[in-house]
Parts: sequence; C-alpha cells; structure tokens
Amino acid sequence: MALNVALVSPTEQVWTGEANFVLARTTGGDLGVLPGHTPLFGVLVDGLVSIKVADGTTKEFTVKGGFLSVNNDRVSILTESVA
Amino acid sequence: MGAQLRIYRRRMRSVKATKKITKAMELISASRIVKAQQRVSASTPYANELTRAVSAVASYSSVVHPLTTPRSNPRRAAVLIITADRGMAGAYSTNAIKEGEQLAALLRERGLSVASYLVGRKAVNYYKFRERAIAASWTGFSDNPTYENAKEVSETLLNAFIDGSDGEGGVDEIHIIFTKFRSMLTQEATAKRMIPLEVVESDQAPVSGILPEYEFEPTAGEVLDALLPRYIEARIFNAMLQSAASEHAARRRAMKSATDNAEELIKSLTRLANAARQAEITQEISEIVGGADALASASAGSE
Repeated sequence: MALNVALVSPTEQVWTGEANFVLARTTGGDLGVLPGHTPLFGVLVDGLVSIKVADGTTKEFTVKGGFLSVNNDRVSILTESVA
Repeated sequence: MGAQLRIYRRRMRSVKATKKITKAMELISASRIVKAQQRVSASTPYANELTRAVSAVASYSSVVHPLTTPRSNPRRAAVLIITADRGMAGAYSTNAIKEGEQLAALLRERGLSVASYLVGRKAVNYYKFRERAIAASWTGFSDNPTYENAKEVSETLLNAFIDGSDGEGGVDEIHIIFTKFRSMLTQEATAKRMIPLEVVESDQAPVSGILPEYEFEPTAGEVLDALLPRYIEARIFNAMLQSAASEHAARRRAMKSATDNAEELIKSLTRLANAARQAEITQEISEIVGGADALASASAGSE
C-alpha cells in the first residue's frame, strides 16, 4: 500500500508518483501522512514538503503556501510556487 | 517601359513585401499556438485538483461563505474583458468586446451598473476612444500571461467585491469575458459569472459516490477562506491562457488569409502587367509598321 502523491503548481505538475510518507507544514503545525490516513484537508504555510518516495529516496520541495488534501491514499499538494 | 506597366510593377513589389510580412507572422503565430496550448494543458492538473477540493469542501461542510452566496440587493457588477494587446488577429478582440457589450446590456436590464475591468490594449483603446469609464486595466501580457498577472487581476477584483457596492467603486458580482479555445479553427468569446461562485461546475464529471468525511486543518471555514481566492485566481489564469491561445490562433488565421489574398493579388497584377506589356509591344510594332508604311508611300509618291 502506498500513497499516490501529486504536487502541482498553476504552471506545471511538479512531481507525481508513489510514496510511503508525506510531511508538510500546515497552519496547525507539521503534519505527516501515512497510507490509510483519514480524509483530510489542510492549509499549508510557506515551508518544506518532504516526500518519502516508494524507492527509498526522499524528495524535498520548498512551497509557497497552498493546500494539502488526502483522500483514499491520494495526496494532492497544491501550491502557488515551488522553489 | 510604359507608365501603366511601371505602376503595375510597383504595386506588385509592395504586395510581395506585405505578403512576406504576413507569411512570417503566420508562421510565428503557428508556433506560438502550440506553446500556448501546452501552457493551457500544464495548468489543468492544478485547476482540476483545486476544483475537486472546492467542491469537496463546499458540498461537505455547511459553511456559508460570502463568495458563494449571492447578495440580496446587487447594484454594481464588474465585467472583466480579456482582449489582445496587438491587432492583426482578425475579429478576436472585437468579438470579446462585443460579448462584453451584450453582457453589460443584460446587466443593465437587471438594474445593475457596470464597472469595466480590461485586459489588453485593444479593449483599453476601444473604451478610451469612446470616453467610457474604466475601473482598472492591465496591458502588456495578453499573449503570454503569467500566474502573477492573474493574481494581480483577481486581487483587484476580489477587493472590489469585498468592498461591496456600498463602498466606493465596490461591486456585488463579477463576470468575466474570455475567448474559449475550442480548436485551431474555432474560438469563442464566452461570458461567465465568477462571483457569486457556482462551485459545482467543473469540466469533469462530478465526483461519483458519496463525498468522504473530511477533516479540516484548521477549520472548514478557514480552509474555504484560503481556497476560494486561489480558485478564482486559477480560473482567471486559465481564462487568460485560453485567451492567449485563441489570440494566436486568430492571428494565424487572419495572417493566413492575408497571405492568400496577397498571392491572389500578385497573380492578377502579374496578368495585368503582362497584358500591359503585350499592349505596349503591339503598339510599338504597329507604330514601326505604320512609320515604315508612311515612309514607303511617301517615297513612292515622290518618284
């Protein structure tokens, strides 16, 4: 079981693939998502999003605001811009 | 060379030069359409995700948000018209402006006054020439809009909406006119209401089944607060990108028919020039023959 992650910005699909774990900073603090997470909708603050990819590597993106939505092991991270 | 022939040659030269220019513009637009289309499709994942999120939040939570509820007594409406900065695109800008006039007439029938927000030099010039009031205008990016441009526009519109018609220059409704890119051959000026939002409308089939019970971080209301402005930005951005693609397509088509017309003109001018040259030669020959005849008969008479 893995998470289906999509990181998208208005101009492009930044990253998409399978992952084991996603960590993002919401307005309420750091939030980790593992497979089987309950449906969630969060507002992100500027900060780091780190994705533990299924092949063992870790991807890190600096995002500028945005949203995180989790539903049925499908994680979408929407952000205005990715550095 | 006779005067007539010289005039034809001169006109041919000028038409040929024009044809070179229109041909070049056609090729440039053709290559830019592809790029513009790619940008439209690159922006769709974000727009889709956002639409899905908004419909999920709006249908799950019973939060009433000012952006989704129509005001009971609207008095002013904003109309955002997206046109081109440059001409040479056939009726592209004119169609958008006309669609805007129709919408404005419709709004006035409902008793609303209209505040015009314009994108693109063509619309600005049209309004300035007729000395109409412009609430705000942006120019310089019609053929290659960035997300920052869309953000700037939507911020201005949202601020006007939040002010409401009680405030100076505020509005109760926001409409947008853009040119939908259907295909390389068809583009359509389209009017859409942006605010109050009709959240359910999305290009994709509605999410099937029951929407999941979402947890909100921090709260449903705050999520919606943050989400809706982004949603409007994304929609304006999408409208701008589609308009840009349409602009290039319209320009390509206009330039193609200009090139075709130039070719046609060159063909008929060549025929006319040939006929003129032939007439000149015929005349010269008959002059020579006539002259020789006259000489012959003159010398015959003297003998």
